[in-house]
Amino acid sequence: MDNRQQWGTRAGFIMAAMGSAIGLGNIWRFPATAYENGGGAFFLPYLFALLTAGIPMLIMEFTLGHKYRGSAPLTFARVNRKLEWLGWWQVGISFVISTYYSVIIAWALSYMVFSFDLKWGSDTGGFLMGDYLKRVDIVSGGAIGEFGSFVPGVLIPLAIVWLVTLGVLVKGIKKGIELANRIFLPTLIVLFLMIVIRAVTLDGAADGLTAFFKPNWETITDSKVWVAAYSQIFFSLSVGFAIMLTYSSYLPKKSDLNNNAFITGFGNSAFELLAGIGVFSALGFMAAQQHITVPELAEQGVSGIGLAFVVFPQIINEFPAFNSFFGVLFFGSLFLAGISSLISIVETFVASVQDKFNISRTAAVLTGGGLSAVVSLIYATQGGLFFLDVIDYFINNFGIALAGLIEVVAIAWIVKQLTKLQQHGNAISDLATGLWWRVALGVITPVVLGWMMVDNIRTNLKENYGGYPTEFVIQYGWVVAGLVIAIGVVLSIKKWNRALQQTDSQEEEAV
Amino acid sequence: MDVSAVVMMVLGMFIIWGGFAASIAHAVKKSKSKKKSGEVSS
Repeated sequence: MDNRQQWGTRAGFIMAAMGSAIGLGNIWRFPATAYENGGGAFFLPYLFALLTAGIPMLIMEFTLGHKYRGSAPLTFARVNRKLEWLGWWQVGISFVISTYYSVIIAWALSYMVFSFDLKWGSDTGGFLMGDYLKRVDIVSGGAIGEFGSFVPGVLIPLAIVWLVTLGVLVKGIKKGIELANRIFLPTLIVLFLMIVIRAVTLDGAADGLTAFFKPNWETITDSKVWVAAYSQIFFSLSVGFAIMLTYSSYLPKKSDLNNNAFITGFGNSAFELLAGIGVFSALGFMAAQQHITVPELAEQGVSGIGLAFVVFPQIINEFPAFNSFFGVLFFGSLFLAGISSLISIVETFVASVQDKFNISRTAAVLTGGGLSAVVSLIYATQGGLFFLDVIDYFINNFGIALAGLIEVVAIAWIVKQLTKLQQHGNAISDLATGLWWRVALGVITPVVLGWMMVDNIRTNLKENYGGYPTEFVIQYGWVVAGLVIAIGVVLSIKKWNRALQQTDSQEEEAV
Repeated sequence: MDVSAVVMMVLGMFIIWGGFAASIAHAVKKSKSKKKSGEVSS
């Protein structure tokens, strides 16, 4: 009999899935992507992508996890023994992401503390690179690819991030992940709502919102805008790297998989929209303070690490009152959004190690999570930011996107499981999917992801990402992305214990 | 604010936040009707 853990409640599962999907990218990627790709007009391809790729993939992963009741490698092995490597590849991608994602959350934690006395001062860019990260200075003799020494200011919060993450995971699904997300997600929403309410009442907020929402309909015919919309949906929903599949494997027998996917997908987008309103209202305020227009401000870069750790501290400096308070709210939001996602990322390989090697949960958390924590120390060095930048780019574009493409092609066209999965999902869900779901996964998603992949390969063969030296890009970009696949294949060679033989019906009886 | 921006903002909120609210409302409604008939679902 299988004694797989289960979520305590449906709300607990939905909060955990939403907590995973709502991450740093919702706050620092979506607003800039929408702005750069037609403003209000971007919502059309974005919604189309949500309904034809995001939610269908969520439904597919929820159904796979629920039907085969295992971590990603076990689930794929149960679908077809030859697909196990795909599960390990996705788990490997999660492992790599967890190593640097934890470091960014550690920065957010540091900045939350810095907010109390606005320690970053007026030169926020100089503070981040110099005073805080003590980044290897390539202008005065340092080289990209050098590690330098450890940065104590990053090490301490990083240790806290790992303690919280592993502590939650050791407690298990119901008492650990579910309980943590029941606290983290509502707190995040309340904190972020406070920021948004304040931001929209600042001088210049209307100009920021105009820049964000004013539609540029000419962009609609540009294929790059559609690819950007699909990328945003795909990267934001935690699909393609084992998370949703693992989470849904802990659902009880009777679960409304299809509507859970709609709630998670729309919930994630709802937060993205809220983030766009908050970020662009704040940018409108900053532009007004500097007597420039929002597009002029946006030209300086308003996404990613720069937005969170350089631009936002500047905005917080210029707040008319309660600067520290809003600093704590903003970086606290980043911390909560990040840590709930990190927990889900680490859970993928904890569950996989537990399934494959038949060890206790505590041992799996300490082995998998512990190893990731040790590797994350690379990014807590003076040269860590360069490694983080290149590895993040390659693992996203040639890890998540490629693994997602292969997953959907394998399920739809190689093992031809779409109809079976649909029957399973519809049999237990209140909301039934129809032909649109099979068309979305069998045709639309593979075509768009395939196009994205061709475009990515073409771009990266033409020029090195970020202008980095070729050797550095090969070693830490291409090799890391390739190594994850190789490790996946190697791990799939090891034989399973009884876990693989347990059938679907036997497992369902155990629920 | 520009009128077209206001229209897009309202539309975006209506569809995305509305979609979220509708999917939750559907789940709550179904859950209540199942409780009445004695079924349990997650």
